[in-house]
Amino acid sequence: MSAEKFQNPVVRWIDHRLPVFSMLDHEKYDYPVPKNLNYMWNFGVLAGMALAIMIVTGIVLAMSYTAHVDYAFESVERIMRDVNHGWLIRYIHMNTASFFFIVVYIHILRGLYYGSYKAPRELLWILGVVIFLLMMATAFMGYVLPWGQMSFWGATVITNLFSAIPIVGDSIVTLLWGGFSVDNATLNRFFSLHYLLPFVISGVVVLHIVALHRFGSNNPIGIDASGPQDTISFHPYYTIKDMVGIAVFLLLLAMTVFFFPNAMGHPDNYIPANALQTPAHIVPEWYFLPFYAILRAVPDKLGGVLLMFGAIAVLFILPWLDKSPVRSARFRPLFRIFFWLFLIDAILLGYLGGKPAEGIYVTLSRIATAWYFLHFLVILPLLSMFETTKPLPKSISEPVLGSSGRSA
Amino acid sequence: MAKSDKTQNPAKGDVQEPGRRDFFVVATYAMAGLGAAAVAWPLIDQLNPAADTLALANIEVDVSKIAVGQSITVKWRGKPVFIRHRTADEIARANATDITGLRDPQDDVARAEKPEYLVLVGVCTHLGCVPLGQKTGEVRGDYDGWFCPCHGSHYDTSGRIRKGPAPTNLEVPPHNYLSDSVIRIG
Repeated sequence: MSAEKFQNPVVRWIDHRLPVFSMLDHEKYDYPVPKNLNYMWNFGVLAGMALAIMIVTGIVLAMSYTAHVDYAFESVERIMRDVNHGWLIRYIHMNTASFFFIVVYIHILRGLYYGSYKAPRELLWILGVVIFLLMMATAFMGYVLPWGQMSFWGATVITNLFSAIPIVGDSIVTLLWGGFSVDNATLNRFFSLHYLLPFVISGVVVLHIVALHRFGSNNPIGIDASGPQDTISFHPYYTIKDMVGIAVFLLLLAMTVFFFPNAMGHPDNYIPANALQTPAHIVPEWYFLPFYAILRAVPDKLGGVLLMFGAIAVLFILPWLDKSPVRSARFRPLFRIFFWLFLIDAILLGYLGGKPAEGIYVTLSRIATAWYFLHFLVILPLLSMFETTKPLPKSISEPVLGSSGRSA
Repeated sequence: MAKSDKTQNPAKGDVQEPGRRDFFVVATYAMAGLGAAAVAWPLIDQLNPAADTLALANIEVDVSKIAVGQSITVKWRGKPVFIRHRTADEIARANATDITGLRDPQDDVARAEKPEYLVLVGVCTHLGCVPLGQKTGEVRGDYDGWFCPCHGSHYDTSGRIRKGPAPTNLEVPPHNYLSDSVIRIG
């Protein structure tokens, strides 16, 4: 039906039978996007880009990696020294993992600040949290593959979390390990799953985008577009804006890869795994530190594990904790203060997760953990009941153009 | 504005000159293409042999233990290399062959530095099978050299293709004599 809009006869022939070009066209031109998006709306595209980089470099790395306890460490060193450009590809993979988390954390904070999780985008938000969980599992298993000291002891500690489950805990851990400790069987299944999960993530990303396109993007003032005058087409306006973000992202990534490739890693992971000796101070990768701090803040094994998983689980029910009808923090003066407090709290947790579990750090971890849950479980519900919000503009155009924005 | 006047005024019917915008578009796509190629290259080049693979690319073989008429097979770059200590009769037949009618004409002296030792990559030039003829009792083909069982290529005592589908002679790998009895292959 819309095949006539293509000049190229080959494109027209294909599109008549397989309307991929119409679909792309539809996304590029017909999909209405609020015209007031700021640069915080770049981070979804950036996350997708990070996922693509991870999959491409990961497939390439798997060609030279050996998933066996006797060869894994050496095969990674061989990649670094002997495989053509192997050092580059591995450093890109390592650092893009960190950048992926940076981008996704900003993406999540964007959603928190502008209320992107609220109706009718609850499922969109929940799918995002699912992606986040899958990312964490993938990243954790990927970190095990080089089979260094941090790989081995990270795997040991994290899998042991499941031993906190009453009665069946130990059996579950044995099941995860495929033996009586983290060993070759564990490494093999982690490699298998590490290769699988990014494709599962890609599938959930598709669902995430389908859910997004149902109602379109939220926007900095958090009100729905009232008509065509409030929206512009995705292409060329937001493709260009995304390109700016992509350029900055790639610039920072390249700088890290070429000048500070190990800045976000841990030197102990360049020591081959030794099942008989734990490193003096073991820490997870930086992006897990806030959750690690919550785990250690609780003086009870099961309680710590539950709170750590609860810290993510609480995100699933966030749309029903914050019931304020106003989405954007711009019109919620109190919420805005608590948002920044929450951010400080999360960063503090990250800092504490990297410190030894002793003295003042333990006390601070407990306070910060308590605040994390207070924010979601108490402050947000109370705010949505008692906060006086500022008046919302009548349309997206109004704050910029005044009343003429409506008639234009 | 002069540029937009030009492009938006086709009434004159003259050929439009490429404007500044066309130049920007082409230059942008060219830069993006270069960038994509620069990114693609490491990902493709990593498929090439790694440094440690290249480091194993030559071997040394002591041929003094091979009796006249016997052959040995050694592994070089993952492939079999045939070394045959040829009899005087085999050398004579290899030299007596009129090469003008051969598919891949080559003199025996060009194939064996020392006529008694013939060094060949033992891979049929047709589709990569390993020809028979190394062990006593194996089929050696119509020309008493090697015979490929996969698709029936016959090689003579100089390893030249004489009959069957293979397009070229068995390859002679780069090799030189480190001493009278030690050959370095690769």
